[in-house]
Amino acid sequence: MTLSEFDSFRPSEPARRRREGGKRGTGRRRDNGDGSREMPMVPEPEFSSYYGRPVVKPAPWGDDVAIYLFLGGVAAGSALLAAGGQLTGRPVLRRNARLGALTAVSAGAVALVKDLGRPERFLHMLRTFKVTSPMSVGSWILSAFSAGAGVAAVAEIDRMSGNRLPLGPLRNVLQAVEGPAGIEAAVFAGPLAAYTAVLLGDTATPTWNAAHEELPFVFVSSACLASAGLAMVTTPVRETGPARNLAVLGVLGDVVAMKVMERRMDPVAAEPLHQGKAGAMLKWSERLAVAGGLGTLLGGRHRIVAAVSGLALLSASALTRFGVFEAGLESARDPRYTIEPQKNRLAARRAAGVTGDAITTGS
Amino acid sequence: MGQLSGPTDPTADAHWEHNHPRKGFFTDTSICIGCKACEVACKEWNHNPQDGNLELLGSSYDNTGSLGASTWRHVAFIEQGQDRIVEARESGRALVSLGMPRIGPPAPAASVPADLAEADTTPPDTADFRWLMSSDVCKHCTHAGCLDVCPTGALFRTEFGTVVVQDDVCNGCGTCVAGCPFGVIERRSNGTVKVSTSREDQHAAHPEVPNAGIAQKCTLCYDRLVADETPACAKACPTTSIKFGDHDDMVEAARERVADLHAKGLTEARLYGANENDGVGGTGSVFLLLDEPEVYGLPPDPRVPTADLPKMYRRAGMAVAGMAAAAALAFLGGRA
Repeated sequence: MTLSEFDSFRPSEPARRRREGGKRGTGRRRDNGDGSREMPMVPEPEFSSYYGRPVVKPAPWGDDVAIYLFLGGVAAGSALLAAGGQLTGRPVLRRNARLGALTAVSAGAVALVKDLGRPERFLHMLRTFKVTSPMSVGSWILSAFSAGAGVAAVAEIDRMSGNRLPLGPLRNVLQAVEGPAGIEAAVFAGPLAAYTAVLLGDTATPTWNAAHEELPFVFVSSACLASAGLAMVTTPVRETGPARNLAVLGVLGDVVAMKVMERRMDPVAAEPLHQGKAGAMLKWSERLAVAGGLGTLLGGRHRIVAAVSGLALLSASALTRFGVFEAGLESARDPRYTIEPQKNRLAARRAAGVTGDAITTGS
Repeated sequence: MGQLSGPTDPTADAHWEHNHPRKGFFTDTSICIGCKACEVACKEWNHNPQDGNLELLGSSYDNTGSLGASTWRHVAFIEQGQDRIVEARESGRALVSLGMPRIGPPAPAASVPADLAEADTTPPDTADFRWLMSSDVCKHCTHAGCLDVCPTGALFRTEFGTVVVQDDVCNGCGTCVAGCPFGVIERRSNGTVKVSTSREDQHAAHPEVPNAGIAQKCTLCYDRLVADETPACAKACPTTSIKFGDHDDMVEAARERVADLHAKGLTEARLYGANENDGVGGTGSVFLLLDEPEVYGLPPDPRVPTADLPKMYRRAGMAVAGMAAAAALAFLGGRA
């Protein structure tokens, strides 16, 4: 703004502080170097925004939800291992995996309810079935999974306690449905591990939304390696051969899916995955996953090495979930991650001759 | 379930059998004077509690901040110098020369010069400085991200084509907050977390907050619409910057207005949300802006996330199959 014609004789102001990196110059430059402008109230961003305020709102979710992402994965993978143990005659693996599945899914469900704004209304989740709502679909998957996992685990508890649970005539029923219940839980295990990725992908949160194509693969891989890790911690090595295989497959899937995801995402929207707390967690997640995988591969037949590797894998999975979760929230808090990818894709569409689908129109 | 993206009639998609016309706003920011009567009227009518502690935000005359659970109208203030006006004029002119295909009924014999390059773009009574003032509100999208992802059915499509939360159904899961591409809907906190300093004590006595813990947003005054009344904000607006009516009429009015402004050389004028082919299928609240949307805190290319949901479910299905295969392989390999 020029206030008077003499303003142009003022000495020029020093250059503004640039954003970190400062590599993206898509923003407008107001600085014409003659110092004839008003002092800004807020630091000038590299892109236009409304006083640097966020465009989209971050989900009002606390760490409870990230904990659930982790525990849901552990439960899902454990149910698969339990079903495998059941079908291939590995009673200890079956028992431990069933108990692990029920514990994880129960704790996860409690975390979910705790995170609601009105926890007493948690049953409203089952008020309807809405295929457009991954949260609704997920609530039904979680319920169906919990039913099977619960029955199978209670049967194990009954057996461990020497048939002392006060079941009466229901004991025969329990023993009859135990096997089918374990299989039913295994059927819903995959959906339980994958739906959370759709839940995050189906939001306007830039980093989650940009990751929507590969995130399901990251999450199921993470579930595999975490549950295999849990089995390696809890179960003697003679029955954990399949868990070790699953751990190695999970690590491979996790590392590859993560790399593919980061490469295919919008580069700006992918930034929060590499920065700050989320970046550090994801970096350590990868290191721990690789270390756990190598430990499993090389020393998995040794009880101590197996248990340590299992712990590393569990930690890797938890860090993956917390890292992805935190990166998404971070991307919603900074308007840059909403505005820049959107401007870029709009410009790309226009450059390709598609001009009819913009929200801003000249007429 | 109706379609997930593209032009459609949201009321018919929601299986309303009678034939109410879709209602909407047209907010003409070129005649907004920033009086905030809309904010006040909205708060009063909807009994929305105080948001924050009435602190000064250091962003021009905007001390409201943003739309949220207890703020359903938000007047944005932007101060711009001449160079920005020139830029806005150029970017608006570029939009016109893109030759956007017209949607809807054919243009009235508009006074838009065919080639704006020749138009006299001298600002009529400007200005090496300008205020932009814009009253933002829920967009009541044709494809509403919040509505699509709501797991309880608390959010629903009304007979007027608007999107409303049922207070007694919502359990505060917060999915809609992340689902909205415009950052409108928010979960209301109970207000007790706001700590006041002694100096602001007079503002610290919050009355009891209704509907704490559940998602809240503009209802387009559903309770007034059913009584055939105009929403509170539009009724209170002294300059008719906020217009209310049938959605089709609003879009038509917006197109006429932007054509008028262009004819006067104000090529910075552009419409936001009037295109039913955009990422949210067009919005129920249409805006006339005088600069790029992000200047007002609006997303430049919003897209309803659910539009990609079928693809996400397919990818998740592949991942599930992969997980099952890995488990099978693990056990078969372990047996060998």
